[in-house]
Amino acid sequence: MTARTGDKEGRWAWRLTGFITVCVYIFMFAPIIATVVLSFNSSMFGGFPMTGFSLQWYVKLLGNEQVLAAFRTSLWIAVVTAIVTTAVGLVTAFALVRFDFRGKQILSTLVILPALVPETILGVGLLVLIKAVDQPRTLLILVLGHILLAVPYVVLIVQARMVGVRRVYEEAALSLGASRLASFREITLPLLLPAVIAGALLAFTISFDNTSASLFWRPAGVETMPTQILSMLKISISPEINALGTVMILVTVGIPLIGGLILQSLTRLKRRGEPKEETQ
Amino acid sequence: MTTTQQTPRPASAGVSAQPADGSAAGADRHAVEFRDVQIAYGKFVAVRDFSLSIAKGSFVTLLGPSGCGKTTILRSIAGLVDITSGQISIGGRRVDDVPIYKRNIGLVFQSYALFPHKTVFDNVAFGLKYRNVPRAEIARKVGQALEMVRLPGAEKKLPSQLSGGQQQRIALARAIVFEPEVLLLDEPLSALDANMREEMRVEIKKIQKATGITAIFVTHDQEEALSMSDRIVVMNAGSMEQIGTPQEVYDTPATAFVADFLGKANMLAGTVSAVDGAKATVALAAGQSVSVVSPRPLAQGAAVTVVVRPQKLSVAPGSGENRLSGRVVSTSYLGGSAIYEIDLGGKTIVRANNAITGRLAREGETVEVGFDPAGCVLLDDKGLRIA
Repeated sequence: MTARTGDKEGRWAWRLTGFITVCVYIFMFAPIIATVVLSFNSSMFGGFPMTGFSLQWYVKLLGNEQVLAAFRTSLWIAVVTAIVTTAVGLVTAFALVRFDFRGKQILSTLVILPALVPETILGVGLLVLIKAVDQPRTLLILVLGHILLAVPYVVLIVQARMVGVRRVYEEAALSLGASRLASFREITLPLLLPAVIAGALLAFTISFDNTSASLFWRPAGVETMPTQILSMLKISISPEINALGTVMILVTVGIPLIGGLILQSLTRLKRRGEPKEETQ
Repeated sequence: MTTTQQTPRPASAGVSAQPADGSAAGADRHAVEFRDVQIAYGKFVAVRDFSLSIAKGSFVTLLGPSGCGKTTILRSIAGLVDITSGQISIGGRRVDDVPIYKRNIGLVFQSYALFPHKTVFDNVAFGLKYRNVPRAEIARKVGQALEMVRLPGAEKKLPSQLSGGQQQRIALARAIVFEPEVLLLDEPLSALDANMREEMRVEIKKIQKATGITAIFVTHDQEEALSMSDRIVVMNAGSMEQIGTPQEVYDTPATAFVADFLGKANMLAGTVSAVDGAKATVALAAGQSVSVVSPRPLAQGAAVTVVVRPQKLSVAPGSGENRLSGRVVSTSYLGGSAIYEIDLGGKTIVRANNAITGRLAREGETVEVGFDPAGCVLLDDKGLRIA
């Protein structure tokens, strides 16, 4: 008897789980799908019903100099952010894992802090700081802000991998005659590469996506993609925005995806047969 | 382990750790030399008063239990651990301020530490590359080294495609290919399974002999130490307990610790009841008396421990001068020999390891065990050998 009720309960639990899962997926993907589908709608209004298939909104987008400028701005800001953040994050993570120094705990918390503080607060904070030292809002400030936002994630990713790269590899390289720099370049860095690339891609998307902090930091007259979309929305929900949204999705999903594929082919190093190290 | 732990400081000649020839002018014959080295981490002293000269071309083992400081010493030679005081020389050159990558040492790790993203060739060639060896020469030397570890043709494989034993061979090849001044082996056999371990033991020893390289080997396994070494340094709690050939440390342990750590020694506590020149009679705590030969006269009433190796304790009737009667607690038949555990009364159980000549003594049987008065070592009340 108990077994049967148990089975019944189990079946219901499964159905419920399945139902909720489907709901969650619909909730997550319906807006994305709607955006993509509507971007091909020939209707003048950026909503359902579909009246026909058309690429006119994409064509219009290509002719919109404002949008193209915003896209270019976002792209290069994201690239610079990714490069700088990865370098800074790599060095920071290396120091935090490999060296013992005073205030290490404090530093490791401080580094993560920008990820925990609400973005609006950070946005206002940096803005107030700039005003306090009487500096104009420049693109440099915007890039620095994005770096600030992305560094914690890169540090966390690289740190996690760094812990797995056993010190003994570096020691072996040193004992064989490689200087510290050489052993980092030849041993540590290649072993960290998956995390470094993952970190760079994440930094890129964080920067490319960022809206709220960019709103505070961007210099007058400069738009990034997200802020451009926002200002376009103020006027009307044009189907052009759907097309723009689709492009955004393509960039932010496509780039990490391509990166992931590159990564997979790079790390085809099977790690069988590595012995457990006995501690002394 | 605490820093306050006192280890018995043997007064025997062994601990002076000077080279066997005793000459002071042998600096260039010493591959590695420690002088009063101390290594401390904060308040914890990992190694204290460590002085040792290692002759060129010899195979020296640092033996001791976990945490005795043996690995710390090895790592200090490599430069992976900074010494607190004293000095270390490699090939007559002080290395206190020489960074690890300029010390010219070969290091073999317990966990192999082959670079997982590099092929066997690139792993073995690594040390040569940083010594600016021409490319053709590198290929030749790598081939030679792989032949030496009996893995020729493995150049293109990745470490992950090799078994544990093969990986350790490659690690060995990588460490010796550039002809370092000294080869340091940090428990290189511990990660291998039992069969492989024995094979590698022979292999390492062979390669060491063939190349004539100075090898310093760290292990907690007494069998490895006894079978491979020219000299064994027995360590305990950061100090050297004894140094000597395998036979010396096994047959004449300087301290109770050495006797106990190397092989399972029978330690029979007692007091000297009668003295007759070099000979003395010891009344054992177990209730029986034995006669022993002492290198120096013993005082009557002195507390001593009689150390007898299981191999020196004979269960066959009528052998040995000292006869102790006891009851067999267990018999382990090992084919050519047997190990007996014998209760001498008074909670004293001794082990005897004998070649089987006649009949096997059974459990519960009353037997006589005997040993030669000269076949034992005497320790004083501080656990130091009476010499």
